Amino acid sequence: MLVLKDVHARYGAITALRGISIEVQEGELVALLGVNGAGKSTTLATIAGVLRPWQGEIQFQGKSILGKTPEQIARLGIALVPEGREIFPSLTVEENLRLGAFIRKDRTEYRRNLDEVFGLFPVLKERLQQPGGTLSGGEQQQLAIARALMSTPRLLMLDEPSLGLAPALVDQIFDLIVRLHQRGVTILLVEQNADRSLEIVDRAYVLNTGLIESQGTPDQLRTHTDIEGIYMGDKHRANT
Amino acid sequence: MINLEFIINTLSLGSLYAMLALGLVIVYGILRLVNFAYGELIMIGGYTLYLLTGFTPLPWLFVAFLAVIVSMLTSLATELVAFRPVREKSLTAMLITSFAVSTLLQNAALLIISPRARAVTLPQIFQKSVLIAGTDVPWRNILTILTSIFMLALLTLLLKRTVLGIALRAAADNFRMTRMLGVPANTVISSAFAISGIMAGIVSIFWIGRSASVTPTLGAPPLLVAFVATVIGGMRSLTGAVVGGFVYAIIISLLGIFLPPDLLEFREAFMFVFVIIILLFRPEGLIRSKTSVERVG
Repeated sequence: MLVLKDVHARYGAITALRGISIEVQEGELVALLGVNGAGKSTTLATIAGVLRPWQGEIQFQGKSILGKTPEQIARLGIALVPEGREIFPSLTVEENLRLGAFIRKDRTEYRRNLDEVFGLFPVLKERLQQPGGTLSGGEQQQLAIARALMSTPRLLMLDEPSLGLAPALVDQIFDLIVRLHQRGVTILLVEQNADRSLEIVDRAYVLNTGLIESQGTPDQLRTHTDIEGIYMGDKHRANT
Repeated sequence: MINLEFIINTLSLGSLYAMLALGLVIVYGILRLVNFAYGELIMIGGYTLYLLTGFTPLPWLFVAFLAVIVSMLTSLATELVAFRPVREKSLTAMLITSFAVSTLLQNAALLIISPRARAVTLPQIFQKSVLIAGTDVPWRNILTILTSIFMLALLTLLLKRTVLGIALRAAADNFRMTRMLGVPANTVISSAFAISGIMAGIVSIFWIGRSASVTPTLGAPPLLVAFVATVIGGMRSLTGAVVGGFVYAIIISLLGIFLPPDLLEFREAFMFVFVIIILLFRPEGLIRSKTSVERVG
């Protein structure tokens, strides 16, 4: 469904991709793991069209999406929940969700998606007329995911959905990812929380300084890779 | 002194400045660009009035409508031809482009029409007054207030009730994220420039309504007013633009009353002293955007 071949990209001066190849099949749940600055978010930004790679190829459903604008890529069915949530703080929850469904013009589909999203995140229904900026961090994360789901994406990319959330909320978010996966949503997940991610994903790639260090199923990765290195980032974060 | 006449005049001036500031801030909110060619849109509206009232038998109301359309189309054209090609480059490039567009349009008017002021025929109603509670109130001022109320209501409706309006507000919050939801960047930016042009066109009618003439450099004073009003009100918020417009009008009107006659010609200088004082205490302007009060955690 999604294929990256030898992608090189630069994001500012620090984080760079130095030739990344990734494949995600339809219906799969795949994680990109690695420490801070490994290039995980850069990879997602490149797929979303925010960042243009200077070498390599990106294909979605068999067609190249290289050089397409972010809005064109969104219309193909790729939705990104970015790191830091990036909900619209001055828009109400309802308006945030309405824009999430911007590429879907069908009213009945909109109602159905809205009901579905309320089923997943009941708190959003209570906050419907509140500006997004007044929500708590956990609620904002739920809104960001809900907004992405409103477009009925073919591929959902989640960037550090558990970052900065209370442990109970982290559990909720991981449960949600599993449920979405069971429903058949194709998911590309970026996480620093490597052990939690390996419990739920089909396959994972481990990134390090812009290169893919290792890849495989959770079992393969646990036996063949120095997972300690990935944990480092996680532990480092917990200590700060 | 401060009587009904003063209040209506100040309200009228404030309404005009509010519309003026809105047209500038709607583009700034999305592109972070202070469009220095904004004043020239008003100038173009003015020349449209001059040409169509002087050389065609069209009724005045229709001419006014056409002036708004011409301002809007000019605004859209400047975005398409001048700003879009440099948009991805840098903000500085866009800023300099806006100076270039401003100079270009001014010189075009200078060459095609004349450096000298041209008289614009105004409709009867602009010279008439109406007696309200014992004071003569010019119709022009009442029309300005009514028009601005109508435009503010229309703009609010657009921004709150339509998907395009919600997308415009979202783009002011976070343009990149708005695009990632599938909202085309060009649609959002063109809409902002169209609204800006419509505001400039409407302002041109009432601005010319005060001076009854148009010159190639007509755009400079309204641009300055719009810029100062948005700085007072807060560059990131549409409400701020409206508040800034009214605050500007109130201060300048009060200065007109309370300054001794021999200092009146320095009214603008005193005005800027007030602006500096406001900015010392509220560097972000009177109305802060909601983005800056985002809750963390």
